[in-house]
Amino acid sequence: MSVTVEHLTKRYGNQLALDDVSFSASRGEILGFLGPNGAGKTTTMKILTGFVSATAGQASVNGFDVRTESKAVRQSVGYLPEHNPLYLDMYVQEYLRFVAGLNGMKKPQKQVDSLIERTGLGREQHKQIGALSKGYRQRVGLAQAMLHDPEVLILDEPTSGLDPNQLVDIRKLIKDLGAEKTVIFSTHIMQEVQALCDRVLIIDQGNLVANDTMSELQSRLAGEKRVTIGLIGAEKPEFLMRLDGVKRLQATNTNQWQVYTDHKVDLRADIFRACVENNRVLIELHQESVSVEDIFQKLTGSSDSSSKGDRQ
Amino acid sequence: MLAIFKKEVHAFFGTLIGYLVIGVFLVLLGLIMFVFPDSSVLDYPYATMGQLFDNAPLIFLFLIPAVTMRMFAEERQNGTIEFLMTKPVSLKDIILGKYLASMALVVFALVPTLLYFFTIYQLGSPVGNIDTGAVLGSYIGLLFLAGCFTAIGLFASAMSKNQITGFVAATFLCFLLFYGFFFFSKLPVFFGRGDVIVQMLGIDFHYEAISKGVIDTRNVVYFLSVIGFFLFGTQLLLERIK
Repeated sequence: MSVTVEHLTKRYGNQLALDDVSFSASRGEILGFLGPNGAGKTTTMKILTGFVSATAGQASVNGFDVRTESKAVRQSVGYLPEHNPLYLDMYVQEYLRFVAGLNGMKKPQKQVDSLIERTGLGREQHKQIGALSKGYRQRVGLAQAMLHDPEVLILDEPTSGLDPNQLVDIRKLIKDLGAEKTVIFSTHIMQEVQALCDRVLIIDQGNLVANDTMSELQSRLAGEKRVTIGLIGAEKPEFLMRLDGVKRLQATNTNQWQVYTDHKVDLRADIFRACVENNRVLIELHQESVSVEDIFQKLTGSSDSSSKGDRQ
Repeated sequence: MLAIFKKEVHAFFGTLIGYLVIGVFLVLLGLIMFVFPDSSVLDYPYATMGQLFDNAPLIFLFLIPAVTMRMFAEERQNGTIEFLMTKPVSLKDIILGKYLASMALVVFALVPTLLYFFTIYQLGSPVGNIDTGAVLGSYIGLLFLAGCFTAIGLFASAMSKNQITGFVAATFLCFLLFYGFFFFSKLPVFFGRGDVIVQMLGIDFHYEAISKGVIDTRNVVYFLSVIGFFLFGTQLLLERIK
């Protein structure tokens, strides 16, 4: 396991930022870290990189303990901090050579050039960092994190504030990296998790509320499909409740309802037949599985605290 | 450490800061030594560099905090301190790199003043009639003094995210350590009862002693202790923000 976290707890004064969090990640895995703001994602990452020390619990990266072998940990981690802090008055080349120096690399030029190429910074490499757009700055931040070819990459919101084209590029880069390294990244964007991650960790108020593969998460936590139907007439179609597999019926509009069904069955044909039998005219019918957004809201929403309790 | 040192030196001379600091230092000293009639060595009865060594600490009192104030405050403000501290360099290396870079700037500012020494050496009658030993001692004393101010400056810069705080705190601490103890020793409480000991706590006392051209281990130990004390304090401050 290249990253192992056991019973990690972090307290800032009275505030519990992380509460007994455990997970692990192995080589070649992309781990998505999902959670609302202030959930503890950044704190976990800061602990893994040795910038913040944990109140209790263990964390190790590449077999090195973050507390006792901090230097070895920092050597094997590439870290992109939140908000991507850079020296704006330095030039791209100069900055990357400086980072190489910090990593103790003797002849960095080849590595610097290859990273400039990989991150697509070629045209901007002689500019001052302060003169770059946000997307290019983000690439400089990624190049900086990858420069010494670390085993583990920890990226704190690497795609925040990028435009759609830049998003695609950076995601592709992360996907490529994930093939040979361990990548842990945090994000607010659910589609990103769906597109990139092998496994997803959802964290809320310092608690790990989910640690599953994408498909596991969808089937285990969603467990439902949603069929939206439109009928002529405002009377509630109670007859649908008699169908096998229907769990709930919810009105969304005067003549629109949502039928929640078991995720294993497809009831669209049955719904249609039932409507005909009961002399109702069906004007709309479509089915969707519950999305990651819904799962996310279900797991981290403050109104739905019961499901959080189940998962502990 | 070398990477940090190089980066900071480059930051001085890649921008105007370095040239400005050195320029201001040299112009001020040049004016005091050769132009202002009250202090000009040209009107003075004998060849001396006393004016330089009396006034340089005063100029350093403002210039060194101005140089060091951004060192950690800016890193903390921009968040780059997190970047630095998660690289495989120790905190000691970061502090030492920045310390030596600031000292390099001081040395760069002092080297041209050798020209002043050469001028006065030539103007002496007969030529070379100047206490070279005392001048050498004074240079060493001045370097130690600048070393103390720089360490204090870094310490003050690590105190907060605000550069102005760093500057004001550093100037105040430098002043206190340089002149403060001397003035404190004049308090009636200390009169005849340990006023010398209070004076010995100040930089001024040891600076004067070394300026005479005698390099006493006690003075050297004092300077190194002050430097060590404040650099260690800097490390404690930076560890606290972790």
